[in-house]
Amino acid sequence: MLARLSWRNIWRNKTRSLVVIFAIAVGLTGGIFITGMMNGMTAQQANNMINREISDIQIHHPDFLENSNPKFLINDVTETLLKIKSEPLITEASYRSKSTAMASTATKGAGVTIFGIIPLMEKKVSSISNKIVQGDYFETETKSQAIVIGEKLAHKLNAEMGKKIVVTAQALNGEMSWSLFRVVGIFKTNDTRFDEMNVFVKKEDLDKSLGIGADQANEIAIRTLSQEDAAAVAESLQSKFSELSVQSWREIKPSLIVMMTMMDQFGYWLMIIILFALVFGIINTMLMVIMERKKELGMLMSVGMNKPRVFWMIMMETTMLSLVGAAIGLMISIGLMELFGFTGINFASWADGLEAMGYSSFVYPYVTSEFYVIVTILVIITAIIASIWPTRKALKLNPAEAVRAE
Amino acid sequence: MNVIEIKNLHKTYNETQVPVKAVNGIDLQIEQGEFTAIVGPSGCGKTTLMNMIGGLDQPTEGTISIDGNLLNQFKSTGLIDFRLHNIGFVFQAYNLLPVLTVKENVEFIMQLQGKSRKECEKRVDEMLESIGLKDKKHQRPNQLSGGQQQRVAVARALASKPKFILADEPTANLDSKSTSDLLDLMERLNLEENMTFIFSTHDERVMKKARRLITLEDGKIVKDVTVK
Repeated sequence: MLARLSWRNIWRNKTRSLVVIFAIAVGLTGGIFITGMMNGMTAQQANNMINREISDIQIHHPDFLENSNPKFLINDVTETLLKIKSEPLITEASYRSKSTAMASTATKGAGVTIFGIIPLMEKKVSSISNKIVQGDYFETETKSQAIVIGEKLAHKLNAEMGKKIVVTAQALNGEMSWSLFRVVGIFKTNDTRFDEMNVFVKKEDLDKSLGIGADQANEIAIRTLSQEDAAAVAESLQSKFSELSVQSWREIKPSLIVMMTMMDQFGYWLMIIILFALVFGIINTMLMVIMERKKELGMLMSVGMNKPRVFWMIMMETTMLSLVGAAIGLMISIGLMELFGFTGINFASWADGLEAMGYSSFVYPYVTSEFYVIVTILVIITAIIASIWPTRKALKLNPAEAVRAE
Repeated sequence: MNVIEIKNLHKTYNETQVPVKAVNGIDLQIEQGEFTAIVGPSGCGKTTLMNMIGGLDQPTEGTISIDGNLLNQFKSTGLIDFRLHNIGFVFQAYNLLPVLTVKENVEFIMQLQGKSRKECEKRVDEMLESIGLKDKKHQRPNQLSGGQQQRVAVARALASKPKFILADEPTANLDSKSTSDLLDLMERLNLEENMTFIFSTHDERVMKKARRLITLEDGKIVKDVTVK
């Protein structure tokens, strides 16, 4: 009976209730949409980094993590790779030589990380081959040694397609070695820093220059069935290859986890701030309701409605009012998330700035179902908080006086 | 048998500043089945007395006993519960809940008492039949005339089977036809259900119907007449 009474009371003054409902719906939709955008940007940054650069799991010589010197090698890499690929949940794996180097053209130079890769294997673990904007990804046979560089570096070095680049790096014997490469491909990712700092050559070419053996590598990159599997698979591999260091993407780039956690927290705080602002609107509405229904409340208390029941009636009314707003807000938010999660939102005009920070200019917003549940709980808590003051006001009424109020 | 027994009742407002003695030493007994009107000029203490009998106000001195229960002994929560189970109220402005239908208004107090749905429905049908508004069962109060609304209010007060009904100026907002109908209805219910009615009123028509007239002046009973 009290629930029915509270529900019907909401619709006594439709305009006033609809204003509150609209405010809650708009507030929630705005908060959820912004959170979804931030989540989408962060998740895309993480996905891009995993797909393009770090993969789900990496294996190194333990000392390579401390000092990225190419002398810290994984030996018998072919056999190791075969063992790795036989593991469940692992979809692909590749190995690389890797060194810091100086890339120079006739006029300019820049510090880079050079990857010696096996293109066919690398294609399966990294998305760089899909980011080629000029030339190709080592597909055309060339007489000279081939190099694929980022667009940003190409601009920096004035290195157009077919131009020569000299790469200087420290060989395993400690001597400086240099090799001449010709640009066969230029890639462009949505992270200009990556494009400026990384170059790719065939493994055999880098190995020859640095003195690395054919069955040796500095890094094994592994893809798992899903990103969530990476930690468990990494743990399992670590127990099998105890002499090597196995890390999941979470350990390789802890900053990604920090970023994701921060965005999660940001979303909740944003919702709390929005709901806090809405509390005042709800309190104002409910105080008006109490003032208008003074006589009715006086009657209810006179005929024997006790304080807990009066409290519940007003609290239910506030909660129902808020939940109607929340339901509309959540439905709109879910619709928007579904729509833009599918089509994406293009921030082309801010592309340069976003890509300089490693974000994609195309954002696919999303929020987890857990977020929706917590937002609903926050709305209920807000409604309870908002109902305290009006309820206290109602409970303080003297029934004998209230029943005669005009 | 006395339903209400009042001894040496006093109520003083503004005790510390300018004391106003609204009720000044009333002794009164009201028996089961009485049809009593409390009358007197404005400010004579009718409403204060009614409020104290209804447990809505506390006396400064004296006691009120309802069916052997001293109201002073109850704490706030206990008093609300006592009112719910023992006292029926009819207000001047009907005070029906506008969002509930006639049926829901009549059964409201029974539901607060925790009566079963079946019991409520049976009693609501009886009451609506009795007040002649069975066909308006699903209508809202704003679809009824003032007289019909007050009849619903009487049915609501009576449905929960209280010990007595306090009716505060129940005819003040009604025209003569509605007043006459309402008084006939209450008189009939008084006789049929042996329900005790206590009115506070200025209305001559109510006074004519009442079988006992208690006249107050300056917070005291100056006349107590039983009409045969």
